[in-house]
Amino acid sequence: MFARTSAAVQFYDVSDHCLCFFCFFLSPVTLRLKSIKNIQKITKSMKMVSAAKYSRAERSLKSARVYGTSAMALYEKAEIKAPEDKNKHVIIGVSSDRGLCGAIHSSVAKAIKSEIAKLSGAGKEVMIVNVGDKLRGLLYRTHGKHILINCKEVGRKPPTFTDASVIATELLDSGYEFDQGSIIYNRFRSVISYKTDEKPLFSIDTVASSENMGIYDDIDADVLRNYQEFALVNIIYFGMKESTTSEQSARMTAMDGASKNASEIIEKLTMTFNRTRQAVITKELIEIISGAAAL
Amino acid sequence: VMAARFLLRRAVPALRHARCYADAPAAQMSFTFASPTQVFFKEASVKQIDVPTLTGAFGILPAHVPTLQVLRPGIVTVFGDDGSSTKYFVSSGSVTVNADSSVQLLAEEAVPLDSLDLATAKANLEKAQSELVGVSDEAARAEVLISVEANEAIVKALE
Repeated sequence: MFARTSAAVQFYDVSDHCLCFFCFFLSPVTLRLKSIKNIQKITKSMKMVSAAKYSRAERSLKSARVYGTSAMALYEKAEIKAPEDKNKHVIIGVSSDRGLCGAIHSSVAKAIKSEIAKLSGAGKEVMIVNVGDKLRGLLYRTHGKHILINCKEVGRKPPTFTDASVIATELLDSGYEFDQGSIIYNRFRSVISYKTDEKPLFSIDTVASSENMGIYDDIDADVLRNYQEFALVNIIYFGMKESTTSEQSARMTAMDGASKNASEIIEKLTMTFNRTRQAVITKELIEIISGAAAL
Repeated sequence: VMAARFLLRRAVPALRHARCYADAPAAQMSFTFASPTQVFFKEASVKQIDVPTLTGAFGILPAHVPTLQVLRPGIVTVFGDDGSSTKYFVSSGSVTVNADSSVQLLAEEAVPLDSLDLATAKANLEKAQSELVGVSDEAARAEVLISVEANEAIVKALE
């Protein structure tokens, strides 16, 4: 029972010096009880903070979704597809800096890793843009040579259009001439569910040479470049907005689960504590009575 | 269109298949106008939109030829189906007209015209113009030029 771990206590190493079998010393149990009660308070407050951030994020997601889906409307309606023989890819993974939110970061990292494996197997060159420090931590050991840009200080405040434009500018200034790419983010479905999704990005050349672009009138290279850059920022903004909403709802769920686990452990420990206390008292009484009876 | 609607109301179940000419896509424009923080129109049906672009201002009606344009600071006027018109000031952005007559107007910042104040705009314009004289660095100069252009457009729009 003491060896059983749960999400709430795995990062608090009090059990290191605690005995792993039923012990009669009260103080370790009392200590453990106190520490788990503190942890439960922390996880409960984290849940409430996440709930507040989530409701704010969800409200702004409504307009951001209209904006983001409209930005991608051109690519869908003109059915722009990148030619198969193009070699340079870029993957933008959207996540954040903070943990304790369930599988948010690991699902994006997993999607990125499988994408890289697929593309490298087909002989293409891939570079990654990490939005969020957690992604960097998950990817740098195995795929460090693919990382192009890392972004920190993501997730503390709600993402703005300016943040997205900074990321887009960095990518365009990096000198990596990508032909196509994708953005991998967590699409928000509901309070209890999100899904890791992928949306395509296209370079200026791909769009210009796509066959359906002929029906679009009066486009010169300058206008197209401006349009593409703006569209890139829009897509990144959309991905970031969806990601934060998913992250806050996942953190809410995770902290809720942690608080529940903590209260379960508190119940069991309280039982142990009381039983131990009563056993010690009974033992002392028996000693006293048997001592008195011997006189 | 009015006759079709009248017929429809009179004999709904039998004439359901006659609706096909009411949903001809070229006759209706699906207009979406949004900024990152606010949605003004979502797949709405409007009569005409006037947009200021880098290559000049032009009006978009249903069945306009497909095009992509980049916006410059200026006024966007939306003429609704009932004849009313609303004006917005946009800072920059893009407009897409697709083959199925759907129009996506994405502005980086957009505000209804009546929430802008002429006096503040004039003051900002003067400040920007005086900054233009003193600046020498390329990037800073570009920034000040943009500020001058935007403020000029606001002042012109409000007058």
